Amino acid sequence: MEKLTFFVFAGLALGSAIVVVVHRSPVYATLSLVLTLFSTAVLFVLLGAPFLGALQVLVYAGAIVVLFLFVIMLLNIQSEESAHGAGAQRWVALLGAVILFGMLGLGFWRGGFASVGPLTAESVSLKALAEELFSRYLLPFEIVGLLLLVAVIGATVAARRPGEDDEKSSDVPFEASPPGPLSVTGEGERFQGGTSS
Amino acid sequence: MMVPVSWYLTLAAALFVVGTVGALTRRNGIGIFLSIEVMLNAANLTLVAYARQLDQRTGQLLVFFVIAVAAAEAAVGLALFIAVFRQRRTIDVNRINLMRW
Repeated sequence: MEKLTFFVFAGLALGSAIVVVVHRSPVYATLSLVLTLFSTAVLFVLLGAPFLGALQVLVYAGAIVVLFLFVIMLLNIQSEESAHGAGAQRWVALLGAVILFGMLGLGFWRGGFASVGPLTAESVSLKALAEELFSRYLLPFEIVGLLLLVAVIGATVAARRPGEDDEKSSDVPFEASPPGPLSVTGEGERFQGGTSS
Repeated sequence: MMVPVSWYLTLAAALFVVGTVGALTRRNGIGIFLSIEVMLNAANLTLVAYARQLDQRTGQLLVFFVIAVAAAEAAVGLALFIAVFRQRRTIDVNRINLMRW
């Protein structure tokens, strides 16, 4: 039963990953990525990581893919005539891929494999995972939170339409601010906003 | 019947290679991003498989962090694509040469 599940979802993951890479339409490629991520989530559960499987479906297949689809539809990207590079580029990439696969396989197999025991309730326990995350890995956890904050601010600044927002953001505090040295800085901001737009 | 961990690793290697081919050959910026997500996913699968093999939780926690960083990367990267698209009206990477030379 476990083998059957593995083969079905491994095949699905690999097949849909190939569709992600070769399909010309970005929307179909993104929807195919959902299938890849979902199949990988099933494999995570098979490997005794149900929390990561749930996280994969929620964060990856839920949030990140929706973000991709949103951007694709916002930019109205058409499927291109040829989604891929020239012939030589393709063949070099394929050759490199075969070599890379051989090297990865060699690396994995040279490590050797001890036989693994069956999963126990203790080894898949979410409580133990959480305890380790919030004690030993607390600092990385906090840093990741900070990174997400920085990413949100950075994405907002990068995707902002230049000019339009500058006027809005400098106009409102200028009118609300009392006269004095503050209004001078407001004037300067407005002037800068006017030149950049 | 148990599935050997080596099968998962082989699958992860295959997924990673497929993602690499996509990242190298796609011309659409979004397509390159999707391929990178496939590669990240393959790396995550490797980490979980080794966490199972070695019976440790560190690998799973690493996957947790990778997912968080991938979310941040996707948000910033897509915002950059929007910014580039506003200027150039395209995200074909062959025609974006802002940082070339």
